[in-house]
Amino acid sequence: MEQIRNIKNKQFIYSLSTALMVIVGYAIMQSVINANLASPLIKGLMVPLCIYSILAISLNLVVGISGELSLGHAGFMCIGAFASCIFTRYMKWLGNESLLIFIIAILIGAVAAGLAGFLIGIPVLRLRGDYLAIVTLAFGEIIKNVINAIYLGVDSTGFKFSMKDSLDLNLGEGGIVIIKGAQGITNAPRYSTFLIGAIILLICVVILNNFINSYYGRNIMAIRDNRIAAESIGLNASRYKLLAFTIGSAMAGVAGVLYAHNLNTLAALPKNFGYNMSITILVFVVLGGMGNIRGSIISAVILTVLPEFLREFSNYRMLVYSILLVTLMIFSNAPALKDFRENLLSKINFGKNKKLINKE
Amino acid sequence: MSNIEQNKNILEVTSLAISFGGLNAVDNFSLSIKNKELYGLIGPNGAGKTTVFNLLTGVYRPDQGEILLDGENLVGKSVEEINKTGIARTFQNIRLFNRLTVLENVKVGFNAFNKYNLLDAVLALPNKKKVEEESNGEAMELLKVFNLQDEAHLLAGNLSYGEQRKLEIARALATKPKLLLLDEPAAGMNSNETMDLMNTIRFVRDKFNVTILLIEHDMKLVSGICERLTVLNFGRVLKQGITNDVLNDPEVIKAYLGD
Ligand SMILES: Nc1ncnc2c1ncn2[C@@H]1O[C@H](COP(=O)(O)OP(=O)(O)OP(=O)(O)O)[C@@H](O)[C@H]1O
Ligand SMILES: [Mg+2]
Repeated sequence: MEQIRNIKNKQFIYSLSTALMVIVGYAIMQSVINANLASPLIKGLMVPLCIYSILAISLNLVVGISGELSLGHAGFMCIGAFASCIFTRYMKWLGNESLLIFIIAILIGAVAAGLAGFLIGIPVLRLRGDYLAIVTLAFGEIIKNVINAIYLGVDSTGFKFSMKDSLDLNLGEGGIVIIKGAQGITNAPRYSTFLIGAIILLICVVILNNFINSYYGRNIMAIRDNRIAAESIGLNASRYKLLAFTIGSAMAGVAGVLYAHNLNTLAALPKNFGYNMSITILVFVVLGGMGNIRGSIISAVILTVLPEFLREFSNYRMLVYSILLVTLMIFSNAPALKDFRENLLSKINFGKNKKLINKE
Repeated sequence: MSNIEQNKNILEVTSLAISFGGLNAVDNFSLSIKNKELYGLIGPNGAGKTTVFNLLTGVYRPDQGEILLDGENLVGKSVEEINKTGIARTFQNIRLFNRLTVLENVKVGFNAFNKYNLLDAVLALPNKKKVEEESNGEAMELLKVFNLQDEAHLLAGNLSYGEQRKLEIARALATKPKLLLLDEPAAGMNSNETMDLMNTIRFVRDKFNVTILLIEHDMKLVSGICERLTVLNFGRVLKQGITNDVLNDPEVIKAYLGD
């Protein structure tokens, strides 16, 4: 029974330390801001840090825990952003702006992105192999382009939709254009604050860790490790993979909601919802460690803050950044360093148990 | 009454066949196994033994033939459905969940029984805790049968070869099967470990009321615990019957030693 307690303690400590890290991180940064010690640049980084962290941990569920490569995570963020922002912009037009509206918007973003993930996952996750990577890559690019071609308006007679231009909407007196093609949504209400971002991140962390430490997470990891064996003991592999992918997509949608309500304008650009963004998130996950939720947050924070501090090197910024990135990758995955880390961890956790370290 | 139970056939296979690109890997294969029997499937390398297991468990779909488990037709069912109808197996080339602990490997096998819903899971509600604790207890009981209780917290990938083979059996048993298929359970074990394993297999059959069909090259193990045998050669049944009769059959000896 002692072994069981050991495992349970380890899982519990891990989950707790991740949650505490978010809380303490928030407390420290908020005090720094309150004491007027933070530059506008740093202040402006706080909500994005929460957004990137949520994106990283949700992608880690798909890539690290479920073992499926997704290259379109930013696409789900995009869906969450637009679905929720249409709602809040419309509510603003009706004169409704409150925290409750934002909470509903978060749910809308989660459901819309989750649904998109579910629909993509149904056909793709039945197949074995890296088909998800190809399909999500295409999806991410397509969704961005589709949104850029959409015109949506509202007036006293209801919603109007067009693929041509905003004049084509024929809006009546007092009506507004909600989505204006490539210009996106303007005058969006700005609900996202550092506090709200941190709370949502915390909720995502707790939900995700609980999920991973349940039989759902266990089954998903079992399927990742050996699909044939998992099926032979009665697991429906596609169903569990679909579940992980849907939850991961929904969380990316929530990150999108935060993103949409952090700025005045929301437009689908290659910069924010494109392929590059998806790869950036993937880098957070790989660097933070596959399946390591806490690591994902740490690497998302470091890799978001780092380029900002490197602004001083202006011209060489991206060069230095890439070099640092490659160095970090080499070091965090170097076998010698890994052994050292495992050694250290097992000493802390299991005392004298050598077997954990000495793989044959 | 119990006699009827004993003599009932739990598995009925009739004229099973599959070919891979012209090679008849299994041909006209029939087999009946009685409830709670310990049955051996032997034959030279490449005879088609593992292929029979893959047919029984739905990994391959037979070109022809019928498989009945406890009267229920299995042909056309998916791998996980067949497990739910009551067949669990181990693999010749070990397939564990290497990045999960030994305990978790067994707990995954409980999937069909110890359940709570998604809300219990993500909110860590008391029901989750209760169910998890129950399955921890059950999993430890199962690990004790295989003397793996002290390894419960290790990653499965870090176990020794023999331990990994035993863990595979424990994981299969966790699904509470009617029929357990073991593919070369003693491969890579020394003679002491093999002796241990023989006792464990008998114990498992009695304790879990399970029928066991095993593939094995180790003749000491086969003659020691199997009640009946089927010898497979080039995908076809060469001989079938009581263990000693089969092992002393000149044709069987010839198949094993070559001409
Ligand atoms: N998926 C497959 N595709 C093509 N040929 C296959 C496939 N599976 C098995 N075979 C062939 O079928 C024959 C029987 O293989 P099988 O693995 O069942 O033998 P076996 O009796 O288990 O042998 P061993 O004792 O070496 O494990 C072999 O010739 C093998 O190459
Ligand atoms: Mg074989």
